Amino acid sequence: MLSFLVRRLLTFVPTFFGVTLVSFAFIRLLPGDPILLLAGERGVSQERYEQLSAQLGFDQPLWKQYIDYLAGIFQGDLGTSFVTKRPVIDEFFALFPATLELSLCAIVIAILLGIPAGVIAAVYRGKFFDRTLMTTALVGYSMPIFWWALLLIIVFSSGLGWTPVSGRISLMYFFDTPTGFMLIDSLLADQDGAFLSAVSHLILPSIVLATIPLAIIARQTRSAMLEVLGEDYMRTARAKGLPPLKINGVHALRNAMIPVITVIGLSVGTLLAGAILTETIFSWPGIGKWMVDSIFRRDYQVVQGGLLMIATIVMIVNLTVDVLYGLINPKIRKG
Amino acid sequence: MALLEIRNLSVEFETVSGAFRAVDGIDISVDRGDLMAIVGESGSGKSVSMLAVMGLLPWTATITADRMEFNGHDLRTLSGRARRKIIGRDLSMIFQEPMSSLNPCFTVGYQIRETLRLHTSLDRKARQTRAIELMEQVGIPAPEKRLSAFPHQMSGGMSQRAMIAMALACEPKLLIADEPTTALDVTIQAQILELLTDLQDRTGMALILITHDMGVVAETVKRVAVQYAGQKVEEQQVEALFDDPHHPYTAALLSALPERSQDRFLPTIPGVVPGQFDRPQGCLFSPRCQFADARCRAVQPQKASAELGYALCHYPLLHGEPQGKEASA
Repeated sequence: MLSFLVRRLLTFVPTFFGVTLVSFAFIRLLPGDPILLLAGERGVSQERYEQLSAQLGFDQPLWKQYIDYLAGIFQGDLGTSFVTKRPVIDEFFALFPATLELSLCAIVIAILLGIPAGVIAAVYRGKFFDRTLMTTALVGYSMPIFWWALLLIIVFSSGLGWTPVSGRISLMYFFDTPTGFMLIDSLLADQDGAFLSAVSHLILPSIVLATIPLAIIARQTRSAMLEVLGEDYMRTARAKGLPPLKINGVHALRNAMIPVITVIGLSVGTLLAGAILTETIFSWPGIGKWMVDSIFRRDYQVVQGGLLMIATIVMIVNLTVDVLYGLINPKIRKG
Repeated sequence: MALLEIRNLSVEFETVSGAFRAVDGIDISVDRGDLMAIVGESGSGKSVSMLAVMGLLPWTATITADRMEFNGHDLRTLSGRARRKIIGRDLSMIFQEPMSSLNPCFTVGYQIRETLRLHTSLDRKARQTRAIELMEQVGIPAPEKRLSAFPHQMSGGMSQRAMIAMALACEPKLLIADEPTTALDVTIQAQILELLTDLQDRTGMALILITHDMGVVAETVKRVAVQYAGQKVEEQQVEALFDDPHHPYTAALLSALPERSQDRFLPTIPGVVPGQFDRPQGCLFSPRCQFADARCRAVQPQKASAELGYALCHYPLLHGEPQGKEASA
C-alpha cells in the first residue's frame, strides 16, 4: 500500500509541471492585452504602457516569465492579481470555502440519494420504480442546468417564497467568518436564525448542483449492481440465508462501489473546479465565478494560479479515489 | 421420515421464446446420513433441482411439486424469512467455481464468521474460535493466518476448502455439493472428495453430490440417481448400478468410461441432449437410444419397479438385455 502511494505521488510531479505550462501558455495565447484592458476605454500612453509592462514583468521574454512564475510557486507565491493587487493565493482561499461548502452539500445529496436509488432500481430491475427512476435520471442528466435553476427559483423563491433567491446568508446577519463555511460560522456566531438563514440559502444551489451528479451516480450504481448481482458469490451469500438487505447492501454494493467511486471522484473534481453556472445564477461568491471574471480581464496571474490550485485539488481527489479502490476491493491493492 | 423428500418436482423457466422445462417430475428422497450422487450431463437439470430445494432460483423459474419437504418443513409454502433460517444452517450448499463463489471484498474469516453470526448465538470470540476449528477441520494449514486472507490470495483448492468450512459452520443436516471438484485439477479433486466423504462420515450429515463424472461417483457415494434432460431415468445403489445398469442411458454412459472400454475406440452416445425446441414426443432418450422402437418415440415411458432401478424406460435393461420388448411387439 505504501509503495502504491509513493508511486501515485510521483505521478504528481509531471502532471503538476504540465498544468503550470498549459495554464501559463493558454492564457497568453488568448487575444487581448491585459494592460489595455486594465486601462479601459480611455487608453494609455506609450510611456505609461511600457512602465506598466515593466512593472508586471511583460517586457521579459516568455521563457523568463515562465521561470519566474515557477520560482514563485516553489516559494508559495502564485503572483498578485493585476486588478485587485491582492495575492492570488489569498483570493483563492477567501473564495474557495464557499465553493467547497456548496460542492460538498451537493455531492452529499447526490451520494445519499443516488446510491440507494441505484441499488433499489437494480434489485427491482424492470419494475415500476426502476423505470421511473431511470427516466427521471435521464431527464436530470439532460436538463440545462441554468433552466433548472431558474425554474426552481421561480417556484420556490418567487412563487412559494420558501427560499431566498441568491447569496450565502441574509443581509441582516453580520459576523466574522473564521472558517469560511457559512454553516459553521453562522453556528459559531450564535445569532438568532443565522444558521437557518445559511441553510435556506444553500438549499436551492445545492439541489441544482447535485442534479447531474445524482443522475450519474444513480445510473452508475444501478449498472454496477446489475453486473454484481449475477456473480457466483451473490448466490453464496443467498445460500447462507442472509436477509436481502445484507445481500444487496453489503455483499453486492461493496463490489459495485468501484465504478461508483470513480464517478463520484470525477464529479467532486468538476464541482470543486467551480460550478460556474450555479454560482453565477445564485450569486454564490465561489471560485468558478472568480476564474471566469479573471479570464475576461486577462488577469494572467489569477488564471495561472487559480488553474494550478484547482488542478492540484483535482489531483488530490483522484489520489483519494485510487486509495479508496484499494480499501474497498483488496484485489486492486496489488496493482 | 426422510430428511429430504421430493415428489414430482418440476422447474420451468420463462424465456423469451416460451417456457423451458429444466426439471421434469423428479423424485428424490434422502435420509439422515445418506450419501448419494446425482449424475447427468450439462443441462440435465441436476443443479437446477437442487437450487430449487435451496430456493436460490431466479424469479423467472416456476417450481411445482407434489411434495417438497426438508426436515419436516414444507419448502413449497415456506416464507422467505423462514427459509433463510434453514438454509445456511441445516441445509447448505457449495458450488462449482470456488474462486468466484467467495466474495472478493471480504476476508475468508469474515465470510465464515458471518454465517455463524447469522445462525448461532456465539459471541465474537467464540465465533473466531469456531472459525479456526472449521478451517482446521477442512485441512487448511495455519488457519489463524488464513482467516485474514482475501479470496484472491488463495488457490482454487483452498477456496473450495474455505467454502466447505463455511457450509459446515452450523453443522448442517444436509450438504449439497454442486460439482465441487469440476473447476479443480485432478489431484486436488481427489483431496476435496476425500475431505467431503470424510466429513460426512464424521459428522453424520447427509451429502448430495452433483456431478457429471462417473469416476467420482464410483469412488465416493453409496447411491446414485441418473438424470437426463430434466428427468430422473434411474436410481440404484452404486455397486448395483455399475454392475447392472437398467436404463439404456446409464448403460451407454458407463460403457463410455475409458476404464471400462474394451475396444480400440471409446464408445460414445450419438446425438445431443434435446433442447427447448426439439423435445421428442415419447421417451426423451429415444433419439439416441440403440434399443428404441416406434413405441419409445411415441409414448412417454413409466417408471419401472425398484428392482429395475425405477428406470424410466419401456424396455428396462436386465444384464444388458431390454426386457418386455416381445410382449408389446
